[in-house]
Amino acid sequence: MVKIDVTKHMLVPEHIILDEEETREVLEKYSINKESLPKIHITDPVIKLIEAKEGAVVKIIRNSRTTGSAIYYRFVVAK
Amino acid sequence: MKPKRIKQIEFGLLSPEEIRKMSALKVITADTYDEDGFPIDMGLMDTHLGVIEPGLRCKTCGRKVDECPGHFGHINLAMPVIHVGYVKLIKNLLRASCRSCGRCLLNPREIEDAKVSLQKCLDNGLFNETDTVFKEVVREASKAKSCPHCGAEQKKIVLDKPTTLREERHKLTPREVRGRLEKIPEGDLPVLSVNPEIARPEYMILAVLPVPPVTARPSITLESGDRSEDDLTHKMVDILRINQRLLENRDAGAPQLIVEDLWELLQYHVTTYFNNQTSGIPPARHRSGRPLKTLTQRLKGKEGRFRSNLSGKRVNFSARTVISPDPFISINEVGIPYQIAQELTIPARVNRYNIEVLRELVRNGPDTYPGVNYIMRNDGRRIKLTEKNAEHLADEVLEEGCVVERQVIDGDIVLFNRQPSLHRMSMMAHTVKVMKHKTFRLNLCVCPPYNADFDGDEMNLHLLQSDEARAEAMILMAPQEHILSPRFGGPVIGAIHDHISGAFLATYHREFNYEQVLDILEKINWLKGMPEPDRVDENGIRYWKGISIFSLILPEDLNLDYKASIFDTDLPEEDTIVRIRNGKILQGTVDGRSISAFKGKILDTVVREYGPDEGRKFLDNVTKVSLGAISQLGFSTGIDDQDIPEEASNQIREGLQMASDAVAKLVRSFHEGILTQLPGRSLEETLEVEAMKVLAKARDVAGEIAGKHLGLGNSAVIMAKSGARGSMLNLSQMSGSIGQQAVRGERISRGYENRTLPHFKRGDKGSEAKGFVKSCFKDGLTPTEYFFHAMGGREGLVDTAVRTSRSGYMQRRLINALENLRLVEDGTVRDTDSVIVQFKFGEDGIDPAKSIAGNPVDMEEMFKKRMIYNQENDPLKKEVKE
Repeated sequence: MVKIDVTKHMLVPEHIILDEEETREVLEKYSINKESLPKIHITDPVIKLIEAKEGAVVKIIRNSRTTGSAIYYRFVVAK
Repeated sequence: MKPKRIKQIEFGLLSPEEIRKMSALKVITADTYDEDGFPIDMGLMDTHLGVIEPGLRCKTCGRKVDECPGHFGHINLAMPVIHVGYVKLIKNLLRASCRSCGRCLLNPREIEDAKVSLQKCLDNGLFNETDTVFKEVVREASKAKSCPHCGAEQKKIVLDKPTTLREERHKLTPREVRGRLEKIPEGDLPVLSVNPEIARPEYMILAVLPVPPVTARPSITLESGDRSEDDLTHKMVDILRINQRLLENRDAGAPQLIVEDLWELLQYHVTTYFNNQTSGIPPARHRSGRPLKTLTQRLKGKEGRFRSNLSGKRVNFSARTVISPDPFISINEVGIPYQIAQELTIPARVNRYNIEVLRELVRNGPDTYPGVNYIMRNDGRRIKLTEKNAEHLADEVLEEGCVVERQVIDGDIVLFNRQPSLHRMSMMAHTVKVMKHKTFRLNLCVCPPYNADFDGDEMNLHLLQSDEARAEAMILMAPQEHILSPRFGGPVIGAIHDHISGAFLATYHREFNYEQVLDILEKINWLKGMPEPDRVDENGIRYWKGISIFSLILPEDLNLDYKASIFDTDLPEEDTIVRIRNGKILQGTVDGRSISAFKGKILDTVVREYGPDEGRKFLDNVTKVSLGAISQLGFSTGIDDQDIPEEASNQIREGLQMASDAVAKLVRSFHEGILTQLPGRSLEETLEVEAMKVLAKARDVAGEIAGKHLGLGNSAVIMAKSGARGSMLNLSQMSGSIGQQAVRGERISRGYENRTLPHFKRGDKGSEAKGFVKSCFKDGLTPTEYFFHAMGGREGLVDTAVRTSRSGYMQRRLINALENLRLVEDGTVRDTDSVIVQFKFGEDGIDPAKSIAGNPVDMEEMFKKRMIYNQENDPLKKEVKE
């Protein structure tokens, strides 16, 4: 079977792993801890592909009907 | 006190010992009351189980009605029975455990593994994941052919719904089942989803049945003096009777067959006692044939305890009655009948500033409005006012610190609501106006948000009982705050029907004389003097244009250009394009596009730019001016508004006949095979499409011909064109032709063999045979046309019925999913645990109510404003320059 690169699919938005510093900034901006972020499973196809570790925060740049593009953050959790 | 957080809930089972221990009485008699109406000892209504009759005392706790919470009793079952609620679990346990040694049918290592993964789920707080572990254990264990612990051979166990378990044809009695469950060792239970600390699997086989307290199943005494027992009591009686018979038969050594039959009957009764809708068995019925409402039915569904009594409740301080219109009250007012005002109260704390006012109210008593119904004295005693004690209470008892429950008066804030409450505008905070007659009165402009009309609609009203609630309601829920809807970013509250007709009549080429202007201005309490007349005729009589009068209620610096509802190519632009400069209407006609709910341009602008309160005043004034004008001029429509000249009807008839012929020709060419097939369609489809096209055109042409003879002098046309009510299509159906009737989007085709009705030849594909209605509503339909019209009409009714139920369910699901979400100050949307759901509300942070038809800015409007400014000689420019 041909392996498909899901990140190239038109419906899959761009996922970026944040480093320590960026993560801290995001958490500070919303004055929350990681648990208050929306979660994403480590088994998620995109997460597997970009090899994000458990406990990492990923930034997702989605297309938005209202603003063109919207930024979303998700916290990687183990199953 | 700090709110507490529920960490976990434990679900356990009651052991037979526990049931006996908590029981206040062993029930053995199936009877309830004796001839004198006293509860029979050891019966189901024994006063050991609690009291429901005033005067009696509970024999267990010695308290009276309402003080005694009721006490459980118990029934010792002659033979054990299975609890329906647990059959699935029982089946799984039997399958997953050894029939001889009772161990879980996994090898010790697998059991350990399962325990480890269970613990992991619990540690991570993933309580939902435990189910997958249990399922896996049961699936693997039931595969075992023999026990890995004792080597015993295993047999297949099936569940024969609802409560019979079989092991390879052999029926397992509940007693046998219990025997097996008892054998399962404690160490194996956790992996089988049973916590041995709070439950044993054999508790799922009932040897003792708890009897609910009488307070949970009160009997009702009818007017005739007859007693009517609760359904649960009836069920308990059945259980007790069968239990008694079973006991007697068993002890008398009756044949096995009879005992087994009775045992099964007992199982049936216990099963239906828990759930009378168990699939596979007939529901137990009342003598009248109505199915009994047993335990599960009390909790489940819309009428169950949760949805009907816990999520929603009946409340005090509320009223409901029929609604009727009143154009003379403001949109934020509601008219309340005296009868209701005297019943509903608001608590007022007495202080030194209000004591004299309240004293007068108290003196009035409960029967003279405005009065007081109750007084809470400082010692906490609540005294009901009567005509007799009012005087005394006012003079002697009333003091600072008392709470007086005074009747509703003008100006109180109340919530007003109409079901179905589909959006937030279904419940708004109105100001009370107490008035004569027995209905709630509301301004017609608030009909659209409530979706109310006056064909018998009723509405609810709730009194706010605290200052905090009143403040909150006043700021958040007042109707003017809801003129702009978050649903589409435009006005939902606005002029309707006659307001629009009135505005149109007043502003379309209309002049008013002195008396008329006076009469209209009087209604809006105009105090700035008579405006300058627009025209003085040769006799010196002064006339005012309608648009000048209407301009008086506009904000003084309003500038606006837009197309009116009557805008179409036939009418001159100065009538149909509205230009407003500095609050003066220079040209155009005020109609639906100006002031109506959903479309009103002026209304929209006023609310946006001058605020909700100005918007409210504007609407109130529009109502009064429009209705003032329409009352001056008079307006009515009747059947003769649909009259068209003879020649016009002939013309229409001719046109329709031609269309009919055209369809006949199409049919002929279809049969001859010379019809040109459309790409991607079969020949039949081509015919249908072509015929539909011809007939739709014919209807439109008929409408046009009719429309030509119906001008703006016609009331029905005024209503349609100004956007007050109805459309030109409605009118053309009344005086032109009704047109093609459709079912499922195609010409009517079903009914009899190859024809719609026996009036037509088989295979007739002509216009008449396929549901084209040539007639108009005014002339009336032929019988076949009438039938086709009914077919089309019925589809519409069915569609609405289906749509409402489906969208209702969808809305319920959405509400349940979204009810806990909250918009936080930083613009994020979070749930109750403060977990972020959206980083910016709607991803753009725009309040849809403040958006312009959904867009954050209205570019077009901005450009238009600029263009107006750039125009040479535009008064706006002059104004700004000066």
